[in-house]
Amino acid sequence: MISLTQLTSVVQVSLRSLWLHRMRSILTMLGIIFGVSSVIAMLAIGEGASQQAQAQIAHLGSTNLILKTVKPPQQTANDTTQQSIAIYGLTYDDAERFRVTIPDAQVVVQSKIISHKAYYRNRILAIELVGTVAWYPELAPVELDRGRFLSSSDLHYNESVCVIDRNTADNLFLIDDPIDMDIKIAGNYYRVVGIVSETRVQSNEDMLETRANSAPDTTSAGGRVYIPITTMKTRFGETSIQFGGTTGLVGEKVELSEITVRVPTIERVLPTQDVLDGILKRFHKQQDYQIVVPLELLRQAIRTKRIFSIVLGSIAAISLLVGGIGIMNIMLATVSERTREIGIRRALGAKKQDIVFQFLSETLLLTLTGGLLGMVLGALIPIAVTYFGSMPTVITTQAMLLSFGISAGVGLTFGLYPAVKAANMDPIESLRHE
Amino acid sequence: MTPNNSDITISCEAVVQLQNLCKSYFLGHSELPVLKGINLDFHRGEYVSIMGPSGSGKSTLLNLLGCLDRPTDGKYLLGGLDISEMDDDTLSGIRGKQIGFIFQSFNLIPQLNIIENIEVSLYYQQVHKVQRRKRAEELAERVGLGDRTKHRPSELSGGQQQRVAIARALANDPLILLADEPTGNLDSKSGREILGMLDELHAGGKTIIVVTHDPKVASRTQRSIHMLDGRIERQTLNGARQ
Repeated sequence: MISLTQLTSVVQVSLRSLWLHRMRSILTMLGIIFGVSSVIAMLAIGEGASQQAQAQIAHLGSTNLILKTVKPPQQTANDTTQQSIAIYGLTYDDAERFRVTIPDAQVVVQSKIISHKAYYRNRILAIELVGTVAWYPELAPVELDRGRFLSSSDLHYNESVCVIDRNTADNLFLIDDPIDMDIKIAGNYYRVVGIVSETRVQSNEDMLETRANSAPDTTSAGGRVYIPITTMKTRFGETSIQFGGTTGLVGEKVELSEITVRVPTIERVLPTQDVLDGILKRFHKQQDYQIVVPLELLRQAIRTKRIFSIVLGSIAAISLLVGGIGIMNIMLATVSERTREIGIRRALGAKKQDIVFQFLSETLLLTLTGGLLGMVLGALIPIAVTYFGSMPTVITTQAMLLSFGISAGVGLTFGLYPAVKAANMDPIESLRHE
Repeated sequence: MTPNNSDITISCEAVVQLQNLCKSYFLGHSELPVLKGINLDFHRGEYVSIMGPSGSGKSTLLNLLGCLDRPTDGKYLLGGLDISEMDDDTLSGIRGKQIGFIFQSFNLIPQLNIIENIEVSLYYQQVHKVQRRKRAEELAERVGLGDRTKHRPSELSGGQQQRVAIARALANDPLILLADEPTGNLDSKSGREILGMLDELHAGGKTIIVVTHDPKVASRTQRSIHMLDGRIERQTLNGARQ
């Protein structure tokens, strides 16, 4: 239909008439620039947030099921007065039952977490004391830095040993080497045998329980100290008394804070969840536990991301639509302004399709240039967001191609009507046009 | 001159034959006849003027001759081909190859320079860029504007602009040249120059049809056709010119 040399001259002519109205062209382009850049930026931010969420969830282990002790909903006033000590939460029996019921559950980690203070020389640090088992690192997001983790003999003999995390090592010991040093927790001394670093990104609790729950985040303020769970049981018992509540003192008896169960395959995760829930329902009178399934969270995150993308996409599409209408408006003005030129070209032998092509190429040049500039801007925005807002962003090639395709599509869609209108003008009328 | 100039082969002496040509405009349901049966022949190499008061139909006739419009009835044979049956694209092609327009208000494209203005009709005939440029430069030289090729129309005087228009009309070596009041917007000196140029072209064998009010312009042509009320009132031969 059209040769390459013709194409280049059409483009040249278009460039010239766009250049003739530089200001107008730039303003028209702005609509597309912002439209395209917002598509890219939004997709990049959305993708970044989603990948971060997915990484965090995947970190918990997609074949893991995490059971947590939660405080049961407040009972009626009568109950509280009769029952001076609230007994709730997961028990050692629960862990045993899981082990028996689900034989192929690879590891069952029990742990109990209490808040405490650790002393070393004259320094004090608020810590989370975690009573756990020797195979804790296999399931939890921790990595051994130095020394060793708790061993089965530590557990067996209720040894007074502990493994501290990087935070504790830095804040409590400062420049001292913590290995083989003793720290004092609740009147007892524990020898440090190893240092672990938490590989978790920020805090998983933030992810899992939403930020609305503004419980004091002891993980980031202080550190974590791991001791054998058997030691913890003998030293601290299962009852803790705290000030608070309406009666002044509130007693709590909690055996285990957390049990982690790992199943061999992803397909087993959801059925296992039902089994665990069934077991717990039978032995727990109240809803004092919570089952966190990273896999389920992962699926939710993907679902959320899809909705997120649709919403962001719609907003970006609307801005592109507005940009496109702006372009059509300008092109219609251009066509009526250049009526005479169209008449002259028609008289000199231009076919209708030549006129269509000329105006379409102008619109396409506008939108594609705008699209390219928008891509540059759209790539810069996420970089700035990452830099200043410390939010991860991911610019995908798909997003780039999509937005470029969209800008070309907008050019074609909104350029066609003015171009056809120009081509269908009566040459005699156009020649007479002033 | 142009590579594909062979769509119309001249089959008879009469380059243009009009047979009972009628043109009406329709306003709602009422018919407004503008041309009421024109019978005319223009011969190869002839220099003809069409005269008449406003509303006599001479502009409509010119539009029909220029293939910008189609007759309501009757036949228009250009070089032996019936124009009245052709579709829009073919008509565009005919306009580009066979007809050279010279307008009263020059009608140059303001954003193109002189050379590019001359090239426009060649461009639509898909003449190769190099040939196009060569041809346009020749023509610019021929109308005496060889040193102004990079200028924009707005930088030229009226007479110069009309000369560019003539060069443009000649670009495809058309069968007929149609001039609509070519001196209407010019001072008398430039007007004389342009008329001199048309005389030269005629002497070179071009078929030229001029629509004019000006008897001085008409007197330079071989034959004057006087129109009134959509009909040919009379024709005069101006044999006595120089």
